[in-house]
Amino acid sequence: MAHDELPRREALKTLAAAASLPILGALPAEADAQQAPAGAAPRPAAAQPAQAPAVRTGPRGDAWDPDLINPKKDWPRKLTAAEMATLAALADMIIPADEKSPSASAVGAHHYINEHVSAPGASYERDLHRVRGGVSWLNLESQKRFQRSFVRLTSEQRTAICDDICYPPKAKPEFQAGARFFSLVRNLVGTGFYTTDAGMRDIGYVGNKPSLTWDLPPLEVRRKLGLE
Amino acid sequence: MIQSSPKSQTTYDAIIVGSGAGGGMAAYQLAVNGLKVLLLEAGRSYDPVRETPMFKLPREAPLRGAGSREKPFGFYDATVDGGWEVPGEPYTNAPGTDFRWWRARMLGGRTNHWGRISLRMGEYDFKPKTRDGLGADWPLAYQDLAPYYDRTEMLIGVYGGDDDLENTPRSSPGVLQPPPAPRAVELLTRKHAAPMGIPVIPAHLAIMTQRQDANRLPKLLHPGNPLAQRVLRDSMLQRQACFYATPCGNGCSIKANFQSTTVLLPPALATGNVDLVPDAMVREVTIGRDGKATGVHYIDKRTRTDRHVSARIVVLAASAAETARILLNSKSARFPNGVSNSSGLVGKYLMDTVGAGIGGQIPALEGLPPYNNDGASGMHMYVPWWLYKEQLAGKLGFARGYHIEFGGGRGQPGNGSFNFLEGVTEGAYGKAYKEAARRYYGSYVWFDGRGEMIPNEDSFCEIDPEVVDQWGIPVLRFTWKWSDHELKQAVHMQQTFAQIIEAMGGKVQGTVQTDGNKAIAKGGQIIHEVGTCRMGDDPRTSVLNPYCQSWDVKNLFVTDGAPFVSNADKNPTLSILALAWRTTDYILDQLSKREIG
Repeated sequence: MAHDELPRREALKTLAAAASLPILGALPAEADAQQAPAGAAPRPAAAQPAQAPAVRTGPRGDAWDPDLINPKKDWPRKLTAAEMATLAALADMIIPADEKSPSASAVGAHHYINEHVSAPGASYERDLHRVRGGVSWLNLESQKRFQRSFVRLTSEQRTAICDDICYPPKAKPEFQAGARFFSLVRNLVGTGFYTTDAGMRDIGYVGNKPSLTWDLPPLEVRRKLGLE
Repeated sequence: MIQSSPKSQTTYDAIIVGSGAGGGMAAYQLAVNGLKVLLLEAGRSYDPVRETPMFKLPREAPLRGAGSREKPFGFYDATVDGGWEVPGEPYTNAPGTDFRWWRARMLGGRTNHWGRISLRMGEYDFKPKTRDGLGADWPLAYQDLAPYYDRTEMLIGVYGGDDDLENTPRSSPGVLQPPPAPRAVELLTRKHAAPMGIPVIPAHLAIMTQRQDANRLPKLLHPGNPLAQRVLRDSMLQRQACFYATPCGNGCSIKANFQSTTVLLPPALATGNVDLVPDAMVREVTIGRDGKATGVHYIDKRTRTDRHVSARIVVLAASAAETARILLNSKSARFPNGVSNSSGLVGKYLMDTVGAGIGGQIPALEGLPPYNNDGASGMHMYVPWWLYKEQLAGKLGFARGYHIEFGGGRGQPGNGSFNFLEGVTEGAYGKAYKEAARRYYGSYVWFDGRGEMIPNEDSFCEIDPEVVDQWGIPVLRFTWKWSDHELKQAVHMQQTFAQIIEAMGGKVQGTVQTDGNKAIAKGGQIIHEVGTCRMGDDPRTSVLNPYCQSWDVKNLFVTDGAPFVSNADKNPTLSILALAWRTTDYILDQLSKREIG
């Protein structure tokens, strides 16, 4: 990178320092006198409410007002171990390991799918049915063609099925349901993989790093874009 | 500084309703000038230092940070307890209307989530009717607000260039901070847009690229006011410059960008002159026998009880629509149609910004070596409106302009960032999918137009006669209609963006609409609603006088977006801030002359 990077440790130190400052809106009324700057008019004690109910200063921790620093991510997962095994196998068909990065299941993309389809809300429930139905369909199709469940197929056998369902606009009518399932899983796997460190490294996302300065794009990039 | 109920025996000099841009600025200015201020906020208290998820990545959030009904802009968006829906606080739409009303029920209001885009209105923008015969003129000119723009920009910290283009004013020398160097996509866009006559220049954003001069600026902004100088200096010393990481929309715990909660409220509270009461939902302005405002009623949300507080003056800054709601709900024998509504115009001439966009895939951006594209989170460059002459000559078929916000390139991967791969690869999976991700990542650009809407008779809010919210307060009902000017403008936006994308050698994604109704965002979706209490020279045709003072109630003022007479393509926050500062100067002047209070 062309610019000087402020070490993350330094940035965190800055944040820690900032966090130790008096916290706006978090002080109980009793603390006012101590916090009031020198020269400010003293506040008569009688003016304080006798029993002030606590002011809500932090998150409720629900969906409308979640704790952004320590998010709660837990709700019961709905997929079975067998369904998860099928999804892991399918996820790895979409994102297999190669020389640059691991496979989707190796970074837990199928667990993200489970988180997604188990989440509260109508759209997640719709996806739950699509994923569940899709997994069942996939295994039925595997049995029909190869007399085995999807996880026990060879790579070539899996590919034969995936080729029929990998693109809804071109899938035959009898594969439309399978193709819609594959589309959903591909998108979820893409999110589940590329939001991890391994995924970000693979595509070369190098941001989210504090820097003291901001410079033009690297010379090589400008050259390739004809920007000189 | 915070307390849950105001001092029972004290009458305040000023009650300010709302703690966002307009309320925060009013509280700051009045407090540093010695007024005792009660600041009421309908949402909860919020501490950006403690609550801001800096550096957090999507994978640390539930559902990889996905947007939801409760968090429309993603899990980490700083807006807590708000959005287009607020539980228990509905609004309604008249038949045929689908208006969306964004609210941020939190300390600092919408300033915790905004684009930080800080463009000045220009000379034409204050006198649109004089120029093209449509809408209405402001009762002030650019020259009246220019000094307040300068001061506001110095106070909050704005980066930008010194271009001086038609109706795109530049700041006085030394006011702005230097803009950050352009990103790759911005440079590439400039290269291809310039030959089309489309200017790509440094954007103006309320983000600091360097620390403020805490010794010089407070003296410059508050000459002869030691209290103001001291609290502002202390506040400026606590603000860091941008470190070019983490999204502004998450909030900024190092205080590098403008949020009311990091920039205006800390020095206001440090004066010791402000009592801040959150969870206080104001429902009514009360009027005394002399016809002057005596205070406000609010619902203490925690105890669900109604309270009344008194002050010499009342300043409403609850947001354009909420301010109209309060006024319309303040009915009495003297004011049967609501307070400050003798003109019948409260709630009328509601405006939002015209929005339309389109994206493209640019082969030249494929396969570049990794480079950091984060920057200052928001735009480094933008396109101001450039067709003033053609427009005035009637060549465009719509009367007002738009600016272009744009970006793209190697952004942080988030939820759904790679959904495009299925289409572009026609269904790739396996090795081909991974290779496509490497090839296409960072090769997409987007363009969004943000255009002026002309106020019309068919866009307004009023009180719904049948529905109340969970606090028992009658709710707003919206009626909305775009005119042909906005619809044609939206089509022009998409056509222009498609031309730019094609000039860049790219492929337009999606359909370029020829029907404006299909191109334009819904009313309220751009979250720039202004204009429900317009100011003017004539009490029969305006709600407020040229100083945002109620024509009907002398000690009642409005400092949010409600006074706007027009809604230029320039994002409103900077103008709300500058106008609020000007209004507080007038309030102080009137108080000193004993004209009010």
